[in-house]
Amino acid sequence: MAVNKTKANLRRRRMREFLDQVKANKMALTGTIVLAFFVLTAIIGPFFFPFDVMEFGNVEDILQPPGPGHILGTDDMGRDVLGYLIAGSRVSLLVGALATLLCMVIGTIIGIVAGYSGKAVDNILMRITDFFLVIPWLPLMMVLAAILGTSIWNIILVIGVTSWAGTARVVRAQTLSVRERQFVERTVSIGAGSGHIMLYHILPNVFPLVFASTILVAAAAITSETTLSFLGMGDPAHASWGMMLHYAFETGATSTGAWWYFLPPGICVVAVVLAFTLMGYAFDEILNPKLKER
Amino acid sequence: MDKKRIAKKLVYAFITIFFVLLFNFFLFRVLPGDIVSMLSRGGKATPEMLANIRKMYGLDLPWYQQFFVYLKNLSAGDLGVSFMYKKPVLDVIGARILPTVVLLGVAEIFAILIGIVFGIVSAWKRGKALDTGLLSTSLLLYSMPTFWLGMMLILIFCVYLKVLPISGMVTPGRLFVDQWAQLQDILRHMILPMICLTLGMIGEYAITMRSTVIDVLSEDYITTAKAKGFSDGYVLRRHAMPNAMLPMITLIAINLGMIVGGAIQVETVFSWPGLGSLMYNALVNRDYPLLQGVFLLSTVAVVFANFLSDILYEMVDPRVRSMGG
Repeated sequence: MAVNKTKANLRRRRMREFLDQVKANKMALTGTIVLAFFVLTAIIGPFFFPFDVMEFGNVEDILQPPGPGHILGTDDMGRDVLGYLIAGSRVSLLVGALATLLCMVIGTIIGIVAGYSGKAVDNILMRITDFFLVIPWLPLMMVLAAILGTSIWNIILVIGVTSWAGTARVVRAQTLSVRERQFVERTVSIGAGSGHIMLYHILPNVFPLVFASTILVAAAAITSETTLSFLGMGDPAHASWGMMLHYAFETGATSTGAWWYFLPPGICVVAVVLAFTLMGYAFDEILNPKLKER
Repeated sequence: MDKKRIAKKLVYAFITIFFVLLFNFFLFRVLPGDIVSMLSRGGKATPEMLANIRKMYGLDLPWYQQFFVYLKNLSAGDLGVSFMYKKPVLDVIGARILPTVVLLGVAEIFAILIGIVFGIVSAWKRGKALDTGLLSTSLLLYSMPTFWLGMMLILIFCVYLKVLPISGMVTPGRLFVDQWAQLQDILRHMILPMICLTLGMIGEYAITMRSTVIDVLSEDYITTAKAKGFSDGYVLRRHAMPNAMLPMITLIAINLGMIVGGAIQVETVFSWPGLGSLMYNALVNRDYPLLQGVFLLSTVAVVFANFLSDILYEMVDPRVRSMGG
């Protein structure tokens, strides 16, 4: 028990040190604040700005520049851009989050199984991982999206099954080192099965790394959703930032100079992706001792 | 260099390409719009007719035989016929390669040069205002969807300033006095997509370069070199740079392989008649044979680029060689 307690204390202290470093690191702090803002908007925003994609505005409301009544103007269907934007934040963030979750689950399972099993299983799984790592992501996603058809769930699925390879590599590398530690050997000697060891002993030890790579995968997932939707593979029944950009481009808002239609969703995407990137970058500096200033 | 290792890498590359082919074959086999279901949708085709069509396209054979036929056709350069253009896929793709290669090639060179300079300066001035500025710019560019960057460039240069053409490769309907005038017109059309691609790629190069230079500068041999009394610039050029360039070589090679994938967004926004916009159009019009062809080309290019980067890496980094296996 005593050992467990010191261990818990140590872990808590490490966590506190980590949080202190996050606070001290301006990049990580900025990223966290920006992200928190968008998450909050996505959760409570739609209650204050009810919005329905299928509800079109009046003819005189079409493509009106920002002004009273419509703070950010209206789109080609006479819908309020601000309302669209807020409704879009919900879908964009949700798709990003679920796709990231799927990536993490696939990447972690494949990484742990490959690293722990070794030999042929490892070889085969790593060949598959390399294959997904190598294949250009956008063409692959486009082809898969074309096959599956356009729906939000398919987009999540497409991003999930194509973007896990990086995580699998990181997790495998960590698993290889955890596997060699004594406590695993001890657990094996008292007769624990492979499944038990992977779930209860390897997983908790690779988890911090999974978390670190989650951040960067999330940034990529948001970009992927936006790009796929922009290229016309989004779900027309749901408002997302990518869909907004798609309609803006399709209806020629770019060439007619209707900036209020495509500037705001783009800025939102950049802000969220940048927030994730800043956090990921800062964590890398914190976690990687080699990069610390001498 | 060790011939055995090259051979091994080559075998791996071929295995990957075999998997790419198998994957490509199955992917397009499960497409909802295969020829039989498309014909039977009208309801006018009798079961015998469908069976005949299946036989005609070899769809009644077991899958491994179909795969074999696919490989045989492929080796003869037969990628099928495009629904949209009513021409062999190979010819359609062939006409689109040059515009993409020129556009991507030029943009890539600019991005690499600017990115490397950004990265080195940033790492050297680490923590200073210049570093913060360059790093923020790089991260911002890196976070921007390339197509959105393109839309912004159109807004600025075509709508407000009205100085550059909005899309395409040549001014439609214009007659040229000579080839020089035509080339000028093409170059004018190329400026915006090129700027867009370059800006889109600078971020990744600059960030990678910065972190590898920082990594290398923390090595003991750099401290030794400094202790010997070499000037900072000399240490950076002669001691740090050779090692810092190594990850860049891999990144550059892989990005060169991403030629089709990288071009999709920019070529779509600027209607540049290259492979990227071809893939987009094939997708929008559900032209499956064409889509399959471009997809195959894009994956094979990446595998090839990876193989090249492995070989290059080994040639320039003696450490990899001595590690063996």
